[in-house]
Amino acid sequence: MLLSVRDLRSAFFLDEGELWAVDGISFDVDIGETVGLVGESGCGKTIVAHSILDLIPYPGRVVSGRVMFDGRDLMRASTEEMRRVRGGGIGIVFQEAAAALNPVYRIGDQIADVLQLHRGMNKQQAWKETVRVLGEMGIPEPEKRAKSYPFELSGGMKQRVMIAIAIAGRPKLLIADEPTTALDLTVQAEITDLLEHIQEQYRMAILIISHDLEMVAEMSDRLMVMYTGRLIEMGHTRDLLASPEHPYTKGLLAAIPQLGAGSDVPLEGIPGAVPDLLDLPAGCTFHPRCPLADADCEVEPPPIKTVGYGRECACYKVRMQT
Amino acid sequence: MRPDDAERRVRNRAWLPGLGHMSLGRWGRGIRLTLFTLAVVLLMAWRWDRFFGAFSTPFFDRWVASVFLILLLAGAVWYSRWDVGRILSDGGDGKPGKSPWKVAMRRFSENRLAVYSIYLILFFYAAAILAPILAPYDPAAIPDVMTNRYLPPSWVHPFGTDEFGRDLFSRALYGARVSLSVGFLAMIIAKTVGTIYGAVSAYFGGIVDAILMRILDVWFAFPTFYLMLMLVGVFEASLLMLVLILGFTAWPGTARFIRGEILSLKNQQFTEAARAIGLPAHQIILKHLIPSALSPVLVTAALAVAGMIGAEAGLSFLGLGIRPPTPSWGNMVSAGSDNLLNAWWVAFFPGGLLTLTLISFSLLADGLRDALDPKALMQKYV
Repeated sequence: MLLSVRDLRSAFFLDEGELWAVDGISFDVDIGETVGLVGESGCGKTIVAHSILDLIPYPGRVVSGRVMFDGRDLMRASTEEMRRVRGGGIGIVFQEAAAALNPVYRIGDQIADVLQLHRGMNKQQAWKETVRVLGEMGIPEPEKRAKSYPFELSGGMKQRVMIAIAIAGRPKLLIADEPTTALDLTVQAEITDLLEHIQEQYRMAILIISHDLEMVAEMSDRLMVMYTGRLIEMGHTRDLLASPEHPYTKGLLAAIPQLGAGSDVPLEGIPGAVPDLLDLPAGCTFHPRCPLADADCEVEPPPIKTVGYGRECACYKVRMQT
Repeated sequence: MRPDDAERRVRNRAWLPGLGHMSLGRWGRGIRLTLFTLAVVLLMAWRWDRFFGAFSTPFFDRWVASVFLILLLAGAVWYSRWDVGRILSDGGDGKPGKSPWKVAMRRFSENRLAVYSIYLILFFYAAAILAPILAPYDPAAIPDVMTNRYLPPSWVHPFGTDEFGRDLFSRALYGARVSLSVGFLAMIIAKTVGTIYGAVSAYFGGIVDAILMRILDVWFAFPTFYLMLMLVGVFEASLLMLVLILGFTAWPGTARFIRGEILSLKNQQFTEAARAIGLPAHQIILKHLIPSALSPVLVTAALAVAGMIGAEAGLSFLGLGIRPPTPSWGNMVSAGSDNLLNAWWVAFFPGGLLTLTLISFSLLADGLRDALDPKALMQKYV
C-alpha cells in the first residue's frame, strides 16, 4: 500500500467548542491508483488532505490516527522528514490556484523551488526543467510564460501551473483538492485530461477530492463518500455508481441532473440540510435526513463494515450481501 | 552606410555620457547626463590635489570621497552605454514593466514631488560623502577668532561663520555626514531587527509568539525618549553608539507592525502552498512572507529615517548627542540658538537643511505609499 490512513481524527479547537472535521476515517491508496473522495461542502474532505500532510492551520490539529506513506509513519516523522514528503513524496493541488500562487513571484521561480528542494538541481538545471514541465502541462510558449507573474495568467493556466508545482518533485501520490471547481466546464475537461495524462506518464497515485461526483467518477478507480467527517461508503467506482448501498449515496446519485432528461422528470434532492459540525445529531449523523432511519440509528454511529466485494458501508440498514 | 555601422557609431559615442542619447534625439536625458558628468569632471579638476592626494593620506573618509567620485564617473559612462544599448535594441520605451516592482517604480516616477525629494536626498548624501573634497575650510580649524567670528554669509563664507570664526558651510557639510548617516544606519538596524523579530513571532505563533510579544510589551513600557536619554547618559555618545541606541529603541514598533502583517499573510493560501511543497520555515519567512510585507516597511522606513535624523538632532541639541567640536546639524542649531538675533545664519542654515531633509523624506514616504498600494500592484497591466 502506498498510503494507508487508519482511524484519522482531526479537530479544530474553537471558542465555540471542538469541531471534529475528520472523525475516525480509514482508507488506503495503492500505487498508481486513482481514488476519489466526494462529499458535500464542509464535510471535511479538504481537512483529510491537510491531515495527511500535517498542514492543518491553527487552531486545528490531527488528534489521533496513523498515516503510513511509503513505509513511513507520517505522524511520527521529524520536521525534516515531513519536509521531504511534502512536495517530494506527496504533491498537492489546491482548490484556488489564484490564491495558492504567490502573486509577487514569477511562476517559473515557484516551480524551480520545488525542483531545487526535491530533485537536487541547481538553478540552471531547475529553470530548464521548469520550462520543460510547463510545456508538458500544455502551456504555450513555456520559456516566456515561466517569467510571467500569476496575475498575467488565466484561471486554467494558473491551475496548470499549480499542477506543475505539485508534480515537479515527482511525488508518488498527488492529492488534487477540488482541482476544477473554480474553472468553467471546458477548462475542467482539459484539466482532468491533463491529470490522467500525468498519471500515465509518471505512474502516480491520485487522491482526487471534489464535491463534483461526476468528475470524480469519470477519473477514479475507487470512490469514497464522506459525510460530516466520516466515510460512509466506499467501493469500486463503477460498482458503487451502479448499486449504491448507503441511503446518502443513493440520494447523491439521484440528485445529479441528467442532461436531456426532460422537464417532466423531477430532480430529487435529499431532504434537510447538512448538520452543523459543532452540533451533530447523536447516533448516525445522517439519520434526521434518512428515509430508512429508526430508533436504532439515534444511539450509536454505525461502524463502517464490509458489505460486498471491495465495498464498505456505514449503515445499520445495509446487510452483507451473499 | 549600413545600419550596423550607424548603430556602432552611436554606441561608440555613448562612451561620452549623453552624446549617444543626443545623437539618437533624446535630448532631455542626454543633456542631463552630460551636465552630470561635466560637474563630476570639473569637481575632480578643481580639487585635483585633494582628490588625488587622498590616496596618499591615511584618512579613510578622504579616500572614500575620492573613490566615490570615480564611481560616479564610471556609473555615468556605464549608464550611458547601457541605456543607449537598450534604446537601440528595443526602442527604449519597451513594453510597460509587468512585474509588481516595475509597476510600482513607474507609478513612483510619475509622482514629481517624490522624485524631486529623492534627487534632493541623494544630492545631500553625495555632498556628505564628498565633504572632504567640497569643504572650502577645515570644519574644526579656528582661525584668528577676533577678525573672523560671526561673519555674515558672503562669497568667502557662503553660510557665514560661528562664534569661533569657523566656516559654517564646511561645518554643515561635515555635519550632514553625522546626521544623515545616523538616520540611515539607525533605520536599517531598527527595520532589520524588527522585521525578523516580528516575522518569526508571527510565523511560529503560539508559545513563541506569546513570549516574544511579552518581551516587546516590557520594552514598550519604557518611555522611548527617556530610555534614549538614559542610554546616552550611560554610554559615551559616539557616532556608533548613537546609531545603536536610536536603532535599538525604535525596532519594537517595526516588530509589532510586521507581526500584524505576517499574521494575516500566514493564513493566505500561498503560505500553505509553500509549506505543502516542503519549503523550510526560514525560506517561507524570507522568500514568501517578508517580501509580501515589504511595501509597508519601505514606506515606514522612509519616515523612520526622518524620525531618526530628528531624534539625533534633538539629542544633539540637548547636548547629549554628538559633542562639539564634531559638527552635526543638531549641535550646530543648538550653538546658533544662543545668538539668534545677532547672528541668525548660525542656526538658520543647519536648521534649514534639517527641515529640507525631513520634508524630503516625508514626501518620499508619501510617494512610496501611493506607488506600493497593493491593490494597484495587482492590477492587470496598469
